Amino acid sequence: MPKRTDLKSILLVGSGPIIIGQACEFDYSGTQACKALREEGYRIVLVNSNPATIMTDPEMADATYIEPITPAALRKIIARERPDAILPTLGGQTALNNAMALAEDGTLKEFACEMIGATAEVIRRAESREEFAAVISGLGLKMAKGEKATTWEQCQAVRTRIGLPCMIRPSFTMGGSGGGLATTDEQFEAICKRGLHASRTHELSIEESLYGWKEFELEVMRDRKDNVVIICSIENLDPMGIHTGDSITVAPIQTLTDREYQRMRDAALAIIRAVGVECGGSNIQFAVNPVDGRMVVIEMNPRVSRSSALASKATGFPIAKIAAKLACGYTLDELKNDITRETPACFEPTIDYVVTKIPRFAFEKFREADDTLGYQMKSVGEVMAIGRTFRESLQKALRGLEIGVPGLMGKKADEVGDPAKKADYLRQATRPTSHRLFQVRLAMQAGATIDELATTTGIDPWFLRHIAGIVEHEARLRISGFNGIDAGTFRTAKRDGFSDRQLGLLWNTSEEQVRARRWQFGIHPAYKLVDTCAAEFAALTPYYYSSYDDESEAPPADPRSIMVLGGGPNRIGQGIEFDYCCCHAAFALRADGWRVIMVNSNPETVSTDYDTSDYLFFEPLTAEDVLEINRVMRPHGAIVQFGGQTPLNLSLALERAGVPIIGTTPEDIDRAGDRELFRDLLEKVNLRQPANGIARSLEEAAQVAERIGYPVVVRPSHVLGGRAMEIVPGKGDLKRYVQEAMDVNPGSPVLIDKYLENAAEIDVDALADGIDCVIGGVLEHIEEAGVHSGDAACAIPAYSLSDRLVNRMKEITAALARNLRVRGLMNVQFAVRNDDIYLLEVNPRASRTVPFVAKATGLPLAKIAALVQAGRTLKDLGVTTPEIRARCEPKYFAVKESVLPFNKFPGVDTLLGPEMRSTGEVMGIAPTFGEAYYKAEMGSGSTVPLSGKIFISVRDSDKRLIIPLAQQLHDMGYQVYCTQGTSVVLESGGVPVKVLNKIKDGGDTVLGHLKELAFVINTPNAKGGKSDEGKLRSACAVTGVPYYLTLASAAALVSALRQVKRTDWQVRSLQELLPDRGVWRPANG
Amino acid sequence: MPTARLVLADGTIFRGRSVGAEGTIGGEAVFNTGMTGYQEVLTDPSYRGQIVAMTYPEIGNTGINPADMESAKAHAAGFVMRNCCEIPSNFRSTESLPSFLRSQGIVAIDGIDTRALTRKLRLGGAMNAVISSQQALSDAELVARSRSQPSMDGLDLASTVTCAAPYGWSEPSQPQDFGTPAGAPLPGWPVFAKQPHIVAIDCGIKRNILRLLVSAGFRVTVVPSTTSADDLLRLRPDGVFLSNGPGDPAAVTATIATVRAIIATDLPLFGICLGHQILGLAHGARTFKLKFGHRGVNHPIQRLSDGAVEIASHNHGFAVDPATLPSDVRMSHVNLNDGTCAGLEHISKPQFSVQYHPEAGPGPADPLYLFRRFARSVSDRLAA
Repeated sequence: MPKRTDLKSILLVGSGPIIIGQACEFDYSGTQACKALREEGYRIVLVNSNPATIMTDPEMADATYIEPITPAALRKIIARERPDAILPTLGGQTALNNAMALAEDGTLKEFACEMIGATAEVIRRAESREEFAAVISGLGLKMAKGEKATTWEQCQAVRTRIGLPCMIRPSFTMGGSGGGLATTDEQFEAICKRGLHASRTHELSIEESLYGWKEFELEVMRDRKDNVVIICSIENLDPMGIHTGDSITVAPIQTLTDREYQRMRDAALAIIRAVGVECGGSNIQFAVNPVDGRMVVIEMNPRVSRSSALASKATGFPIAKIAAKLACGYTLDELKNDITRETPACFEPTIDYVVTKIPRFAFEKFREADDTLGYQMKSVGEVMAIGRTFRESLQKALRGLEIGVPGLMGKKADEVGDPAKKADYLRQATRPTSHRLFQVRLAMQAGATIDELATTTGIDPWFLRHIAGIVEHEARLRISGFNGIDAGTFRTAKRDGFSDRQLGLLWNTSEEQVRARRWQFGIHPAYKLVDTCAAEFAALTPYYYSSYDDESEAPPADPRSIMVLGGGPNRIGQGIEFDYCCCHAAFALRADGWRVIMVNSNPETVSTDYDTSDYLFFEPLTAEDVLEINRVMRPHGAIVQFGGQTPLNLSLALERAGVPIIGTTPEDIDRAGDRELFRDLLEKVNLRQPANGIARSLEEAAQVAERIGYPVVVRPSHVLGGRAMEIVPGKGDLKRYVQEAMDVNPGSPVLIDKYLENAAEIDVDALADGIDCVIGGVLEHIEEAGVHSGDAACAIPAYSLSDRLVNRMKEITAALARNLRVRGLMNVQFAVRNDDIYLLEVNPRASRTVPFVAKATGLPLAKIAALVQAGRTLKDLGVTTPEIRARCEPKYFAVKESVLPFNKFPGVDTLLGPEMRSTGEVMGIAPTFGEAYYKAEMGSGSTVPLSGKIFISVRDSDKRLIIPLAQQLHDMGYQVYCTQGTSVVLESGGVPVKVLNKIKDGGDTVLGHLKELAFVINTPNAKGGKSDEGKLRSACAVTGVPYYLTLASAAALVSALRQVKRTDWQVRSLQELLPDRGVWRPANG
Repeated sequence: MPTARLVLADGTIFRGRSVGAEGTIGGEAVFNTGMTGYQEVLTDPSYRGQIVAMTYPEIGNTGINPADMESAKAHAAGFVMRNCCEIPSNFRSTESLPSFLRSQGIVAIDGIDTRALTRKLRLGGAMNAVISSQQALSDAELVARSRSQPSMDGLDLASTVTCAAPYGWSEPSQPQDFGTPAGAPLPGWPVFAKQPHIVAIDCGIKRNILRLLVSAGFRVTVVPSTTSADDLLRLRPDGVFLSNGPGDPAAVTATIATVRAIIATDLPLFGICLGHQILGLAHGARTFKLKFGHRGVNHPIQRLSDGAVEIASHNHGFAVDPATLPSDVRMSHVNLNDGTCAGLEHISKPQFSVQYHPEAGPGPADPLYLFRRFARSVSDRLAA
């Protein structure tokens, strides 16, 4: 069946900000869908609140709405654009839930907008546990025993029937949010109550526990002619009980016979048909009892998912692209397999390698959080690796994880299991955590058997035996040593995935020495193709991975190529924003006649789409792996300033090894981080910085702090996202924080700055080419300095600073660019207090705000920077003209708000500080600051009601300043609740209030009123999840009550509410707002 | 570590580890792209005379179990893997793959770049090879041995794997103990008051075919491939089945003659793989050798009657040339990967065949409906 001609325009819904459980995989799928549908001539209306996505690039759609993904905003867009259809299956659970809401409230019917990809009925059948269970039982398949409940009373009744342990899952949530395993009555109550709130339908399913069963996933596609194929099978190394997003997973399935696999396949086909997914992709999860093979169905996602992104990267089959084509009418047999371009897309990919995915966590940023892994997803990113054997693939994934380990071993050579501690290791391995694999290794070294470990961990013996194989190989390598090593032994080690750094640790020598010897032996990896068909057909798409195998299929060296180093697994502080920059570099360079080599290990990204570059190398971002690619490809240059800290950390090693780094030199990048050189630089540009010093010991730190005076900011050098950065109010806390900072980056000094209280913070993103400097944007933070710039909300243009200050900061930026010899991107952070400008930091590289600035101004900074690095000048590109320079101060406001994961970490204080903790961001764009801020808040999940009850609790120093805000809120009709202390001040200021008890005093406290509150304003006195305020903030995060923790953000909110109460907020496409419809092209391109 | 060599007739030598029986064995090197099903592949008589390389690198993970045997023993001449698992993990496993290979006398090699081998076979076509674990033989001797292997073209191997005498088969498909839908009573299948009798001509028949015929409600008699039409018809069959098997179909002349006589009757007839080729030859069509064949479980097959696509298990090196079919026989299925003929049917008689493996074992059950179709045609004829 050819494509549908009755549809002209399609609304594609994205997934919004990056949050735990919903990351940039949906930008990857949405971007593929945009390309696929426009290729067919449809008009695409796109909505996504996340400015760091590729899909929201104005050239990707005909009308791009960076607007909140809420039913209200979607309704406004539909009313304006009148799309014929809405495609909700490519934007994760967010898109699905919103489309369902529009179906249920009649909007889709009212505007004759058809839901394509999956109908409301199908979505309901797949997502409602009860309806799904009915389908499954109708097929003669089994599910875990379970019932649903919508009230706490029902939960208790179900509990008596099913017993403990049991699994609780809310309906309609993503990443298992709010669910969990209950083994005690207390846990049962806590999880049920949390889950009832988290579910959109206030519906929970309570099921018998399958803890310890083997877990599998199948990626299934179906077309409207009822052709069904399995794209990929995935086996979880971690057993049932650990969310698949938090599990190490392997493709394809390893421990099922064909007969067992085919039964699962039969079941998947039957399920997708019975649920009625007419066309598109679905993910179906199964559990298998390892003892007798009993198979049960866990769940189904009737949409493109995180696993389907992984499956696409694992097999080369573009699930989202094909799903989009199926949604507009094609059938699988009518579409070609992109990779072979000969055979049809209607087939089942077969692979001849092993893919391992390992999640990446951020518990170090949430110290109060429980790091036990369970049914609720907690990881923030993932790494994927491809090897010819499981061992090679696992070790590549571990070194690609960038957590300091070089493979399956500790960070140091002497971290070896002690036989005396075997029982301890086994006990620790019982609890699933992010580092369990390392405990398994220690336990093996201490003498634990495969059986013991299989029992304690639930990991299949097949995986454990391979892990044991690596551990035994490590022991042999320690014995053989470096000096007498022969080529055969060396090659065997490489074939088991041992990295040069790992061998260096085992052999007590340097990574460079190991590499030199390896190269002497002529031992290099072969590059193999990902081709969907195990070499049965010729593949045309250059998607490579390395393996220590014999025959290399690498392309010939390409001097007209530029290598772009990506950012590796997503983590807090380094995520989609940097991948966006890498993609833009690829787009711009390819358009300018270069061929691009992309190196990355993150399967969620657009950068690892085989369409993005000319040569995709899916490899860990380590010096070893990049040097081998460089050796084979011989690119003209490598770009390291776009992928965040990961490639920057490699740049010196790469340059030393002869990789030509283009753009700002690694020395100059390093110089910006060098405190002494930095001070000289400041003198040159005649600028102040906060008093500061460097300390290499606790004593030195105390001296520096004493000299500059408390409060001080303490942080380790050379880290991203403000890791272990803290504001230290006084002597008492200094030691602890300095120690932590030292542990983060051992050997590097700790930086100590005077903390500027109540200063405004400003980010400036700029481009420079050695001659000119062009300001991309001046971003004024909403929160004061001290909140990490990645967590702070900010606005373009600056909304409160004088032109004089803004111009001065632009001048300073230009001077810094000149002095630092910046070629490419640069980010400068300033603090402003009492009209004095302080320089906080200069980073001659892409910053997290680059995509936001580009979306706000229509000037694609990363593209221009890539061309500058490749040798073009700003002038030649046409960006030094007054018109382009004026773009950094648009006539409208764009506000960026960050999104924090505290709802996943109950009991953790949500207070913001210098350590970044947000996972994602949204943008609001509008003619007034107030409307833009309101929409940014809405996009981040805080739709602030325009009337109702509010709670205010502020610290003493803010009490005077809160009066006018509280007065305005009262005048707008809000009823103000507060505690005794705040009430005295507010009442004296003439604001009527209702007084509540403090939480610690019990009785009528704010916690009892949470559900009625429109929002909370709380400026903190005390920190920590156990303090009264900490409890309040955490409760707000978990229950979804909007909360404002600084006077500045409260003031911004008040101005937003005033604006929106005056005139309702509107939706506008970027193409309407931005100059040239948001599309920039080089002048002489 | 015991070493082994895989030596191709073009002189290429792969050095790896010996993981099967000791010795030197020759055959035609082919590759199979299935990620599961190595046990079924090893025990499928159609692999007689072939050295099978698995393209999926981790093989043997689930060991060997008695239920998944496709015949009484392993038939492949030799077995090639990237990484052979010594200690399996699966609740049904009773033996490890290396132990099975040794006990079955199958010479096997692992640790070689199987993708390089696959690419060579794709580009150069299936070629003869030897695997040897014997150090005493020089590389040159092994190259010479591989070159002296008989060509698959013109080779009658069916007679080497067929049964010696007729026998009955009564074991049905395994109960669906994993709770999948196939376990439910199958809708749309005919119910027979009395078991119709099916005679299956054994050119190397897979057990899963026999099991499915029994499950379809038939009484099954298996006869040698050399059985004459007269002897066969004397068994008073209600339908005839033509099995899969190894070698060049054109060389299986006795069976072709038998089938030619049977298609002159109106008996329902169903052929699979070699059986399909034999049916084509009996109709006067020609068969030809494919460059490197189709072996795997993921090929798309389109049913020409309605355009539906099924994913099917494959194992064949020859194909029927549809241009040479007589006017009363038409192509019913096509392989979408390369457009080769994947199925034949008589325009008026209930006689049809497919090139692929609807019995699965290994592979998907998508084309299982063909057994239902056969059962219906037998049922219709009995009712008429």
